[in-house]
Amino acid sequence: MAQYLISVLDDTSDSATAEEMAAIDVFNEQLEAEGRWVFAGGLASPSTATVVDGRDAEAVFTDGPYLESKEYVAGFWIIEAPHLDVALRLAALGSKHCNRRVELRPFLGA
Amino acid sequence: MTDVDEVIARAYREEWAQVVATLARRFRDLDIAEEMAAEAFATAVERWPVDGVPPSPGAWLTTTAHRKAIDRVRREARREEKYKEALMLSDTPEPLGAIDDDRLRLVFTCCHPALAMEVRVALTLRMVGGLTVPEIARAFLVQETAMGRRITRAKAKIKAAKIPYCVPSREDLPARVTGVLAVLYLIFNEGYLASDPEKEAVRSDLTAEAIRLTRLVRDLMPADGEVAGLLALMLLTEARRAARVSASGELVALDEQDRAAWDRELIAEGHALVRARLASGQAPGRYQILAAINAVHTDARDVRDTDWSQVIALYDQLVRLDPSPIVRLNRAIAVAELDGPQVALAEVDGLPLEGYHAFHATHADLLRRLGRSEESRAAYDRAIRLAGNTAETAYLIRRRDQLTGP
Repeated sequence: MAQYLISVLDDTSDSATAEEMAAIDVFNEQLEAEGRWVFAGGLASPSTATVVDGRDAEAVFTDGPYLESKEYVAGFWIIEAPHLDVALRLAALGSKHCNRRVELRPFLGA
Repeated sequence: MTDVDEVIARAYREEWAQVVATLARRFRDLDIAEEMAAEAFATAVERWPVDGVPPSPGAWLTTTAHRKAIDRVRREARREEKYKEALMLSDTPEPLGAIDDDRLRLVFTCCHPALAMEVRVALTLRMVGGLTVPEIARAFLVQETAMGRRITRAKAKIKAAKIPYCVPSREDLPARVTGVLAVLYLIFNEGYLASDPEKEAVRSDLTAEAIRLTRLVRDLMPADGEVAGLLALMLLTEARRAARVSASGELVALDEQDRAAWDRELIAEGHALVRARLASGQAPGRYQILAAINAVHTDARDVRDTDWSQVIALYDQLVRLDPSPIVRLNRAIAVAELDGPQVALAEVDGLPLEGYHAFHATHADLLRRLGRSEESRAAYDRAIRLAGNTAETAYLIRRRDQLTGP
């Protein structure tokens, strides 16, 4: 079994509507029922992010996201699938349920 | 060429895909499959002239490649796990899909929708077609190192993202077959109408390769109507190749072609495929309709005998499946023959195809037939600027320069 990250892409900081949330719940339940669910979560807006660089003696904190971009990751799923065809089908369903584009990416060596 | 050389060349054409495909299934690794297949053929080149040609060249090549692959994974300790996995996998029976063949798995893997189109084309030509990286690089006028990188990256993605080595599930199959056919048609078209001004007008090596690959896919999926349709379309197009470019390297339009130079054998084969599809009673897809249109054209001994109403009826069917502006442009060309250039011009005007050379070439031709020389000249100029194919450019320039009057 391989693990994949499905990142939800968004270009506004409006959170999901009640309808979208309900659809996401349905999708989550389906993932769990099929044994594909590993983890999922929604993220607060990029403006709440802090970039941390702890490589030197004293950690440096920077307010805001590491990259200013028009689109950002608004949430994600981590799923388990035997191969990419299954993962693609689930990613397409996830995109439909949360009403946003998603990016599918495999974990290394999983 | 000696007899043995010929046998080796034929074995390469006929067995390459099978050797790569068998190894890819056993070792779940396209890199190993590709490299060991190449080594097995290199060994054949050394040994067959000395030892004689084995009774079953295909089996000899697969066995040799398999042995080399096992030697390699044994040598490389870091591949220990993969080696065990491979040995286990080779004995694990897998659920059979609708169709099951190693080569078909290989085709579907190379044409996977998670890969970019240019990557699918390159991988298919390398893994299934057996073309070398320098050959593919030349065909698409890309630096050899860039093409090598493109194929290496694709293999890395297939491995990391776990693009499966299998025939797609029933629910994915129709879309995936369409994807495979798009790759084959692109290879054919690049051969038939090379898009680059620095390349030869018609690349028969690419059209022949596309037909060979499509025949293979048809052998593997004989019941699929669109596969048959694409093969028929290619055959009926290829049949006109000799008549399509003049001795001076100029494109010859369909109405001016020497029909005696058409390849009767390819036409007969294409017509038989189209007739078989019609007899099936199943609703045709776009390739079958395009093949039927080409069957009407190749049925006419003289352009004046062309059954234009039949051509338009087929385009109407195609518009219902695919109402794209390009389909409507091609329909309008047939309309011009049946209802005259004025009617056709009304259909062409306003199509959103400003960047497409054939739109301006059609426009120019219709305006020329209506005696509107000045507008026609301007449209030819636009078409010439946009056309990439050398023979087509030469044809458009001649047509423009033949215009008389304002």
